[in-house]
Order: sequence, then structure tokens, then C-alpha cells
Amino acid sequence: MSPALSAKEYYGLPNSPILKLSSVEKSFGAKQVLRGVDLDVAPGQSLVVIGGSGSGKSVMLKNALGLMTPDKGQILFAGQDVTKATGKAREKMRARIGMLFQSGALFDSLTVWENVAFRLINSEGLSRRDAKERAVETLKKVRLGADVAGLYPAEISGGMQKRVALARAITSEPDLIFFDEPTTGLDPITADAINDLILEMVRGLGAAAVTITHDMASARKIADEIAMLFEGKIIWRGPAADVMQSGNAYVDQFVSGRADGPIQPAL
Amino acid sequence: MTNPLQIIGRVTLGLFAEIGRLSVFAGRVATAAVTPRWYLGEILRQMVRIGFYSLPVVGLSAVFIGAALALNIYEGGSRYGAEQFVPNIVVLGISRELGAVITGLMLAGRVSAGIAAEIGAMRVTEQIDALETLSASPYRYLYAPRFLAAVATLPLLVVAANIIGVMGGWLVSVYGLGFDSTVYLRNTVDFVTRDDILVGLIKAVLFGGIIAVMGCYQGDRSQAGATGVGRAATLSMVGAAVLVLAFNYVLSTLFVEIGL
Ligand SMILES: Nc1ncnc2c1ncn2[C@@H]1O[C@H](COP(=O)(O)OP(=O)(O)O)[C@@H](O)[C@H]1O
Ligand SMILES: [Mg+2]
Repeated sequence: MSPALSAKEYYGLPNSPILKLSSVEKSFGAKQVLRGVDLDVAPGQSLVVIGGSGSGKSVMLKNALGLMTPDKGQILFAGQDVTKATGKAREKMRARIGMLFQSGALFDSLTVWENVAFRLINSEGLSRRDAKERAVETLKKVRLGADVAGLYPAEISGGMQKRVALARAITSEPDLIFFDEPTTGLDPITADAINDLILEMVRGLGAAAVTITHDMASARKIADEIAMLFEGKIIWRGPAADVMQSGNAYVDQFVSGRADGPIQPAL
Repeated sequence: MTNPLQIIGRVTLGLFAEIGRLSVFAGRVATAAVTPRWYLGEILRQMVRIGFYSLPVVGLSAVFIGAALALNIYEGGSRYGAEQFVPNIVVLGISRELGAVITGLMLAGRVSAGIAAEIGAMRVTEQIDALETLSASPYRYLYAPRFLAAVATLPLLVVAANIIGVMGGWLVSVYGLGFDSTVYLRNTVDFVTRDDILVGLIKAVLFGGIIAVMGCYQGDRSQAGATGVGRAATLSMVGAAVLVLAFNYVLSTLFVEIGL
């Protein structure tokens, strides 16, 4: 097994994607969710994946993260097979990938700062004092003051929880960040603030980002490129500016939000 | 699928598959429990939660069981004029069987279902996925600490249950059945052997493992939604209770065979 390349070595290689999914398939029982997904993400690129509810967007991310194993196909992170990495190699890989879960997934038995510093304390072996300092710094980046650091997730608002989850995803300065519906369930103003933060974090770290959303305002704002997942495959991909005139009937129907068209509403 | 043989076949296969999955899970938890690294803070927290906070429910159950046991033995023994054996049989029954069984059953409810609900909620809110992405194995960070805490504290709870259960029998005997307090206690202490106590403690260690593993297993497999988590809690309670009783019988048989 080849060791994972560091970000510096990696960026030296032109045109090689940081994440590459090839013909990924995944079923649950008789239900085929992914039917051959192909997707490349270049270092530093911000890709948005759109698609209907239940179309398998979260399943795609969980496969890419190694939380689920694909039935078929290959997933490479920085050239290394995600499904075959074990032990230390897997831990190293995980440290370079950040994930913002759809539900936030903050640990509700830990305080805000302990959530943000979780990896630093439990995996990187920092002392609690140093870890707290780093956590408070990271919280500042998502515009949260030191006063919330000692609160529990249940004691703060939904928008603040998303920010804490965002802070937790970026503490280890990853090279690739996944955002699963970061603005779903937030009011438009809070949602836009989250968009700004995502842009800032991704640009600031020089990280690549894969964002799942069905919020088109958010997609246009944060994407370099947009791809659409439909019936288990990527059916269209192009620059964010082209999404309104993609010439693809499925994409047109999705971005204009019409119930009539080739896509049947998931009712 | 109306052929009864087919139905029986399917249920049997399902049962074996379930036993297989549970065994693999138990193996992974046990492996994580005996290899580094250990999250000491988590282990201590779980020991307090599983051990200390279970004391009231275990104590209350034990005192009533001990009292009822004494009453029934007195009643049965008097038919043969053998009522003086109440203290002997109470202490034997409690230290070899009832102390451990009552503790195991009460904790199947209080602890196993509690663990399943907690882990299940973490599963469906993606907290377990989040743990993995942060390079922390749920086996090490969540399951092993609960397993170690249950295995370590159950014997202590059983010692408490034994003492309190004997006290329950003593209360009824002295204040209801006219026994002399000193004689009752001396008979108790003279009769019980180290092996009788040991039998209860060995059972306690196993029951602790069953209770923790069952709770973690059902929680880890929990389906989404409030019904999924509720189902995980119910399944773990029922599963742990049945396994406690089944393994109690197996161990009792084994101990009789080897003369312990
Ligand atoms: N762990 C699982 N077990 C069984 N089915 C699942 C599981 N995860 C997702 N699915 C199914 O896969 C489909 C896609 O789910 P998901 O990726 O969450 O959709 P979305 O695109 O809204 O994120 C859904 O129909 C869902 O029921
Ligand atoms: Mg989703």
C-alpha cells in the first residue's frame, strides 16, 4: 500500500484529483441507491452536488468517507483507496478529511469546545488546556465567542450548532471537506451567513469542498462547479454559471423547482 | 410463505444469523476492551452511572426478595418441622442464585435499555458516524468503556444485593417469625461458604458483559426515528434478561458439575 501523500507533495502533481469516485454502486436490500457514480474533485475546488430528497446524496458522501463500503467501484482519496485503508493509514486519511453532517451530529454529552477539540484531545493527544485554546480560536473563525465554549449543544440555537459543527470539521485543517445540506432548516439570512463561512473556510484553508444541497441560492454562491445526481448517477456537471441554462431537461426542472417535467416528485 | 416448515426454517436461520452477528459484535467489544487505548474518563463515568446509580434499585429488589424467600422457606420447612433452616437456605439461595439474577434482571432494564436508547440516539443523529470521521472508534470510545464498567461494577452490586437480601430475610424472620436475631445471623455466617459467594460473583461478571454488550449492540443497529430507538431499548432489555436467565442456568449446572 502506498502511503498517503502530504498536501504539498500532492499539489505538485498536475491534474490528479484529490477525490475520485469510479463506477460506485451501493444497494440496500433490493433497493439500488447508487448505480455507478463517477466523480472527480480537484484540489482546492468547490463542487456542489444537487439532487432530490432520497436520491442518495448522503449515501454517496458516506461511501466517500469510508463510513459505508460500496458494493462495486473504487474511491480514491489523494490516490489512496479509501475502502482498503486500515489502522494508522486510515486515521491519517481521516485527519485530512472534514465532514459537516446533515444533522450537525454534535456530541450532546460534550460541551461546545470539547466537540470542536474532540480530535485534538482524543486522537492527536493535545492537553485539554492547549486543545481548548485551539478550539476557542477555531470558534472565533465561525464568529462564535468564548462565551459559548462552555455550553452544551442543546443550549444553543440551530444556526449556532451548524457553526460549531463547521468549526469541528475544520479544526484539523483538512484538505477536503464534505458539507451535507449545510443550510437546510435555517432561515435565509442564517443560511447565507453559513454560505459565507463555508466560502471563507474553504478559501482560507485552500481545501477542496464537496457540498450537497438543494438550496439553489446556496449552490450558486459556493460552487465552482455543480453536478446533479439522479437515479443513482451523475447526469450532468458543469460550471456553476451554466446551471440555469444547462440544456438538460432534468437539471432545468430541478433548478426552477417545477413539479411537472421528466423528474417525478418524491411523494 | 404459508408452509409452516418454511416459516420454521426461516425463523431458525434468522435466529442463527442474529446469534452470529451478536457474537462478532461481542468479540469486537471485548477486543477493544482489553487492548489500548483506554478512555479512562469514560470508564469512570460509566462506572458511576452503571454501578453507583443502580444501588437503590438493586437494594430495594434484594430486600423484598430476601423477605419473601424467608417467608416461603419457613412455610415450606414447617411442613417437615425444618423451619430452623430458614437462615441457611436464604443465604444459599441468595448468594448462589438470586442476588446475581435479581441484579442482572434489574440492570437489564435500567442499564441495558438505557445504553441502547443512548447509543441508538447517537446512531440516528449521526454522532457515531461523526466519531469515526474524527478518528475515534465507537468500539473504543463508547462500547468498551460501558463493557468494562459493567463487568467491574456488577460483582460489587451483587455483593450489596447479597448482604441486603440476607438482611431482608433476617428482618422477616426476627420480626415476623420469632427467630432470635443472634442465632439467625450466626447460622447465616457459619453456613455460607466462600464458594457460594464466588459462584454469585462469577455470574455477576458474565451478566455485566451481557448487559453492556446487548445495550451497545441494539443501539448500534438502531433504525432511524423515535420508534427505532424505542425498539432498540425494548429489544436490548428483553434480550439481556433472557440471556441472563439462560446463562444463569448454564453456569449453575456447570458449577454443580465441577462441585463449586
Ligand atoms: N443505512 C441505510 N440502510 C438502508 N437504507 C438506507 C440507508 N441509508 C440510506 N438509505 C436509503 O437510501 C436512499 C438515499 O438516502 P440518502 O442518501 O440519505 O438521500 P439524500 O439524497 O436525501 O441524502 C433513501 O431511500 C434511504 O432510505
Ligand atoms: Mg441526505
